[in-house]
Amino acid sequence: MEKAMNKKFDPKKISVILRRLLGYVMREYKLQACLVILAILGSVTANVAGTYIIKDVSKSMLGIRDGSEVMSTLLVNIAILMSVYFAGVCSTFLNGRLTLNISTGIMRKVRDDLFEHMQLLNVQYFAEHVNGETMSLYTNDTEVLRELLSMGLPQIINSVLMVIGVFAVMMVLSPLLTTFVIVILVVMMLTVTKMSKKGRKYFIAQQEKLSKVNGYVEEYIEGQKIVKIFCHEKRVKTDFNNINESLRQAAVAAHTYANVIMPVMNNLSFVSYVLIAIAGGLLVYFDLLGVDMKDGIAIMIAFVPAARQFSMPLSQVAQQFNAILGATAGAERIFNFLDLPVEKDNGYVTLVNAEIDEDGNVTPTKEHTDKWAWKHPHKDGTTTFVELKGEVCFEDVTFSYDGVKTVLNNVSLFAKPGQKVALVGSTGAGKTTITNLINRFYDVPDGKIRYDGININKIKKADLRRSLGMVLQDTHLFTGTVRENIRYGRLDATDEDVYAAATLANADSFIAHLPNGYDTVLTGDGSNLSQGQRQLINIARAAVADPPVLVLDEATSSVDTRTEKIIERGMNKLMQGRTVFIIAHRLSTIRNADVILVIENGEIIERGNHDTLLKERGRYYNLYTGMLELS
Amino acid sequence: MSTYSEQTSNIKENMISKLLKNIGKYRKETILAPITVIVEVLLEVSIPLMVSYIMDIGIKGRDTNAIFKYGGIAIAMAVVSLAAGALSAIFASRASTGFAYNLRKSLFSKVQDFSFKNIDKFSTGSLITRVTTDVSNVQMAFMMIIRVAVRAPIMFITALSVSLSTDAEMTLIFVCAIPIVVIGVAVLGKIALPLFEKLFEMFDKMNLRTQENLTAIRTVKTFVRENHETEEFRKTSAKILDAHKKAEKIFVMAMPLMQFIMYGVLIAIMYFGGSKIISNELTEGQFMTFMQYMAMILMSLMLMAMILVNMIMSRASFRRIVEVLNENPDISDKNADKTLIMEDGSVEFVDVTFGYAGEDANNVIEHMNFKIESGETIGIIGGTGSAKTTVVQLIPRLYDAISGTVKTGGRDVKEYTIKHLRSAIAMAPQKNLLFSTTIKENILWGNPNATDEEVETAARNAAAHDFIMSFPDGYNTELGQAGVNVSGGQKQRLCIARALLKNPKIIIFDDSTSAVDTATDAQIRRSIKENLEGLTVIIIAQRIASVMDADKIFVMSDGAIEAIGKHEELLKTNTIYQDVYYSQQQEA
Repeated sequence: MEKAMNKKFDPKKISVILRRLLGYVMREYKLQACLVILAILGSVTANVAGTYIIKDVSKSMLGIRDGSEVMSTLLVNIAILMSVYFAGVCSTFLNGRLTLNISTGIMRKVRDDLFEHMQLLNVQYFAEHVNGETMSLYTNDTEVLRELLSMGLPQIINSVLMVIGVFAVMMVLSPLLTTFVIVILVVMMLTVTKMSKKGRKYFIAQQEKLSKVNGYVEEYIEGQKIVKIFCHEKRVKTDFNNINESLRQAAVAAHTYANVIMPVMNNLSFVSYVLIAIAGGLLVYFDLLGVDMKDGIAIMIAFVPAARQFSMPLSQVAQQFNAILGATAGAERIFNFLDLPVEKDNGYVTLVNAEIDEDGNVTPTKEHTDKWAWKHPHKDGTTTFVELKGEVCFEDVTFSYDGVKTVLNNVSLFAKPGQKVALVGSTGAGKTTITNLINRFYDVPDGKIRYDGININKIKKADLRRSLGMVLQDTHLFTGTVRENIRYGRLDATDEDVYAAATLANADSFIAHLPNGYDTVLTGDGSNLSQGQRQLINIARAAVADPPVLVLDEATSSVDTRTEKIIERGMNKLMQGRTVFIIAHRLSTIRNADVILVIENGEIIERGNHDTLLKERGRYYNLYTGMLELS
Repeated sequence: MSTYSEQTSNIKENMISKLLKNIGKYRKETILAPITVIVEVLLEVSIPLMVSYIMDIGIKGRDTNAIFKYGGIAIAMAVVSLAAGALSAIFASRASTGFAYNLRKSLFSKVQDFSFKNIDKFSTGSLITRVTTDVSNVQMAFMMIIRVAVRAPIMFITALSVSLSTDAEMTLIFVCAIPIVVIGVAVLGKIALPLFEKLFEMFDKMNLRTQENLTAIRTVKTFVRENHETEEFRKTSAKILDAHKKAEKIFVMAMPLMQFIMYGVLIAIMYFGGSKIISNELTEGQFMTFMQYMAMILMSLMLMAMILVNMIMSRASFRRIVEVLNENPDISDKNADKTLIMEDGSVEFVDVTFGYAGEDANNVIEHMNFKIESGETIGIIGGTGSAKTTVVQLIPRLYDAISGTVKTGGRDVKEYTIKHLRSAIAMAPQKNLLFSTTIKENILWGNPNATDEEVETAARNAAAHDFIMSFPDGYNTELGQAGVNVSGGQKQRLCIARALLKNPKIIIFDDSTSAVDTATDAQIRRSIKENLEGLTVIIIAQRIASVMDADKIFVMSDGAIEAIGKHEELLKTNTIYQDVYYSQQQEA
């Protein structure tokens, strides 16, 4: 609440944001933007000039009536009016088209920038922000931005030019009447700003209540089945109606203020219209305009509508002002997001295809081989090539996500190529953190973690991750065919590679039974598949990538034991010859690991294989025999 | 085409009457809002007339009194009109927010009356959208209808008739312009709307993809697919750019078209009006009012077009809301005997067939028969998709069987009131869920009138008391976003405590101890057995250990009960059971 109130008006911040937004416009659409301003100027000029010409037209027709002028002047004046207006219409059209071009183009640029930047962010960002928050950048915030660009800004330019133009014409027509108009307008503007200020306060209150109602609806409809099982319908209804009523009360106040502004402005402009008519009438009557009666009436005919025209853009600016506040808030969120630091990568050791002869000599090759090597350029200008084997070594690694709470404390571990290392421990013990460090989702000081003997901070992140396969508990499948989902592991995989990977993962048989086989379209994170089937595709996806190191993080935790067996068979084949880090809830899955590490509070408290650990009768023994809860 | 529009108009009538009911006690405001709007408009239209009198009688007739008289009348009119306008704003705000309030209320209570099947049909996500976003859209539309949709046509008609009475010939100019506007708007709308619909669809797809990318960001990063994803996104956004331009291009035409017409009319007024002034058929004041009326008439036409577009845009929201309101809860107390009380905790299935999609070939269970005596403990074992959950959900009538009878306490479940039936049967479901309030409040869901001691007993029986007391605030610890996070196993135990507090005759654990360690799991089963005598317990579990001691174990596979027996018997006779048992035996 306070936050929302504070951000109501800070001209400095708004100008910074608007300037940055204009930067977007200027970068690619400089010419078009200038043309837009010219077009607006054209359409305003036409409008304003028209008003002035109306006076001439009126004068000439009054002149014709009393015989002092001839018909042709009227026709000439009307012809002038027509051409001026035609030019106006053309400018309006041009303005519309150009604005459309610029605003949609910039929206696209903003979206592309958002997405690209999102891809580059550190995983920490995603851990700290709920997805809805990020999504609303793409939906709500870009939408208000679009409105600002396509309507708000051009309209404000239009309105300001209009005010200036009409003001000039009114001054020319009658300075005396113009001062009169100004006085009335000041009163109008004061009323509007006062009301919209108050209205804004109520509006914020309404938004708050609305989000409360929405939150309640979300929570309880999400839990609707529980509500039903416990027959709590009545109480939930009552609770809901209470907050619903408080929303209604806040909404009445907010809407009343918003709705009252329009009729008030409208009718005040009528009051000014009448007052000007009276004043004008009296001025003409008492000859105070310094012109004769005929000219006076002609001036009135032109002036009265002009005065009404004058108040319209002014009240538009007042209304647009609120919209601009909203849009700058949206733009601010977008820019803040784009200003977030991206994932840093100073790595220079890259992964290359290589041939390895019998003596273990590594030679890099251009063509695709089954072997990979780390290309390691040194400071002295030499480059060495190290075979990619999948050896991982942690040396006294201490780590904290927030700099306050230590998550890993002096963890050392050594995984030889082809070894299976299991991590066991309760939630929050630090198991997943270890895998987060291996793939450099988070960084530790130099030299603490080595991969094939190389300091992993020197390895280019993309190449490091390409050498690691991850199978997580949450299977994330994308909308698309089964084939596309598996191929996600390696984009240049052939169909045969995909089939081979699926067969290896034991996924082949169920995929064959899907309505369209490999071309079955998955939607909603594979919601048409069972959890076990999703996991099998997930494993196939990792298999097609064929990485030397594999991380299995609770890969089978959410399936039943029989399905688990099927998945395990798939995984066992996948694990052969690879270095594997395995985190599992069910200890049966890790029994045959080469090394089992029991982690508690960020420290390795036990280490050994299944048999030795059982003999120790320590933590592992207790966990294994079900004496302790692991959750 | 005509039959189609007839059909839709029929549906619309239905929709509208359904929605109108929700005006409820805000009827007064709903009627007063348009009435005050009409007053406002009538006065507004009269003001230019007064100004023309000032001009013609006052200035030209050199009559200062007339200037003041008509000026005074006009100002008074403007003031009254302002008051009417302000009142209409107030009435409309009350009416529309009240309408939204009622609509939200009826939607929410409708959802409360929904059966599981109804909920499944809509999906929770879509129900949430309907109660939140769609209501907001409809509220805006409603406000528009009672204000702007009244204002525009009334202004159109009165301004037109006043000008008609002033000078019929001049009015012809308007009359010529109107069809041009209408046709212009209609054509533009006709071309633009489908283009916009397509555009929105593309936007939805793009957002879906972005959302997917967001949830799967770790997958994207581990596979190093950032550039690939960005490229894909760029392709879509380029397509959207084209579609957007194509659609909006049409709308861009509207503004210059409108200006063209307005200027055209203005010039026509200038020319014809000018000629009439010259021939003394029209006064200067009347000439001026014509210019005012032109603005009013064209403005109201534009407003009407805007309303139309808006209505079309919010049509989907209207439809979605009415769909919920029209849905009939398929489980009700219709055939229930309100006085009937469940005698005991026995359960019987007689020839029960059930499928989620209704009567078709995809039945999940077919002709199922079994009987559970009151006080028995039953274990159910079976792989994912073997219909274990489906079977137990039929007992408290979360779904109704398509055919056959489900009996509890010896009577058809349909004979009891739902409230009675469900309070006699407790369930700790697979998808357990706690609400963002205190631990105590959550357990109290089982029985709002329970004492603190009863809550504690339930928590103790669910082996939850100790860890609850380990929190600084004990039972008053806040859960959820604002409060502490409990682990999966702790959450399950709280859900069990909640179910136990019901003091039921039958309790169903649907895989509800999967994250609890085996020792605690055994402890919970033991305390239930010891402290709650005569309770029928049904346990669905993955772990054999959880069901090993049961009086009977049902082995399920593909929607059928393969075997029923005790642990030892099944171990000898049933291959599925053996499979599961030995796969887990290696563990211990």
